[in-house]
Amino acid sequence: MRPFDFTRPDDLEGACAAGFTEGATFIGGGTNLIDLMKLEVMAPAHVVDVTRLGLDRIEDEGDGLNIGATVRNADLAADPRVRRRYPVLSRALLAGASGQLRNRATTAGNLLQRTRCPYFQDRDSACNKRTPGAGCAALGGEVRNHAILGTSEHCIALHPSDMAVAMRALDAEIEVRDPEGGMRSMDLDHFYRLPRDTPHIETRLEPGDLITSVRLPAPKGDRQIYRKVRDRASYAFALVSVAAVLRMEGGKIAHAAVAFGGIGTEPWRDIEVDAMLTGETPSDSLFDKAGEVLVQGADVQDGTAFKVPLVQRVLKDVLWRAVA
Amino acid sequence: MQISFTVNGTRQDMELDPRVTLLDALRDHLGLTGSKKGCDHGQCGACTVLVEGRRVNACLSLAAMHEGEEITTIEGIAQTSPDTAATLQQAMIDYDGMQCGYCTPGQVCSAVGMLSEAREGWPSHVTEDLDAPLELTRDELTERMSGNLCRCGCYPGIVKAIRTASEARTSDSEAA
Repeated sequence: MRPFDFTRPDDLEGACAAGFTEGATFIGGGTNLIDLMKLEVMAPAHVVDVTRLGLDRIEDEGDGLNIGATVRNADLAADPRVRRRYPVLSRALLAGASGQLRNRATTAGNLLQRTRCPYFQDRDSACNKRTPGAGCAALGGEVRNHAILGTSEHCIALHPSDMAVAMRALDAEIEVRDPEGGMRSMDLDHFYRLPRDTPHIETRLEPGDLITSVRLPAPKGDRQIYRKVRDRASYAFALVSVAAVLRMEGGKIAHAAVAFGGIGTEPWRDIEVDAMLTGETPSDSLFDKAGEVLVQGADVQDGTAFKVPLVQRVLKDVLWRAVA
Repeated sequence: MQISFTVNGTRQDMELDPRVTLLDALRDHLGLTGSKKGCDHGQCGACTVLVEGRRVNACLSLAAMHEGEEITTIEGIAQTSPDTAATLQQAMIDYDGMQCGYCTPGQVCSAVGMLSEAREGWPSHVTEDLDAPLELTRDELTERMSGNLCRCGCYPGIVKAIRTASEARTSDSEAA
């Protein structure tokens, strides 16, 4: 690990000011960051602990929830309100990592976790995300846990989160405080940036911006399913995952929000897929068509070709379970 | 930097580089070598300790992040959770829950933390109904322990030992 300064501010102003200094990074649970610092894939000059800012509460907000940035994944998954009204979020959290990691990992940290692309984690391999302009060893290399949607000729790294997939299906909004004290919110679609020719820039956060909470609006669908397919039964990243939030009215799909893990450079959602499901009567042909639309333009390598039929089948299975 | 936390009931004041992980602080600076360094990347669970009663990977945490907190390691767990830990440790011996023993301290600390999570009714990935009272079946137990690997493959004995401890009546308020 490279040397760094460590500070633990006790108010937001101090945290954002510290986060604004050159080479600073915030730390919540640290389960991803410390790992990458050991590998010297990340080498912050200043580590700012944000776990004592009082951002660890889950509060009712109208018919929705306001989830503090440092709420631990374990607490969020076990919260009775989340279990009852946002079960897709509990399910996604519980499908991720291990009990020990969920006890440390935070809400904002989960959103900001880095790809598990092995070339990103290996400093001897070319990686545009780690070293802009260095090239991409994954292209033409060994790929499996890589993206097929949202990719560019510079990067095919996968966003590994389960939680964020459920958050996308639930229309979560992120609250951000800037170093001047201004607050702004953004949805996840706006928050994440596609790699294009700048894969090292993953979000629209600016230096010193601190995520303070994630807001969930009232659930728009009561039929919520999260299904994750992985190489082993537990404690593994998704090969493919699907989060669905649906509402049925008179045998038709009145609301459809479907998000995907394991296939995108960011937690994936395709409004075309949602639109073609909405207002329709469930059928095999409808769900097959949704699967075809989803993978239009998929960027498939030899090692990721299996994800196309896999995600289509998991999508169909999840949709049938959701409408049943 | 100056760092203070409590380990197994004793306050410890240390002068540490910010890079020192909780695991290295315990092992190298306090001489508590029961917590093991396996993968050092949060994948094997051999370093599991309890922080404020909750199981965590000590290798993926900086000592500096634990200022003022209470840490319980395998050396102290029988004192802080006497019923559960003592029963579990004896059951690990009775059921051959180990061969080389390297993962065992992590397995024991993780199981004590896991059983207290179960007592709080936390659901898991394999829980069918998120609202129903939890029954700690074999599937529940193995899912909840998936963060602890045993390269000797002693899982059948480990599972039996934890089931024995979970069935024993407990009054470990610290762990609850």
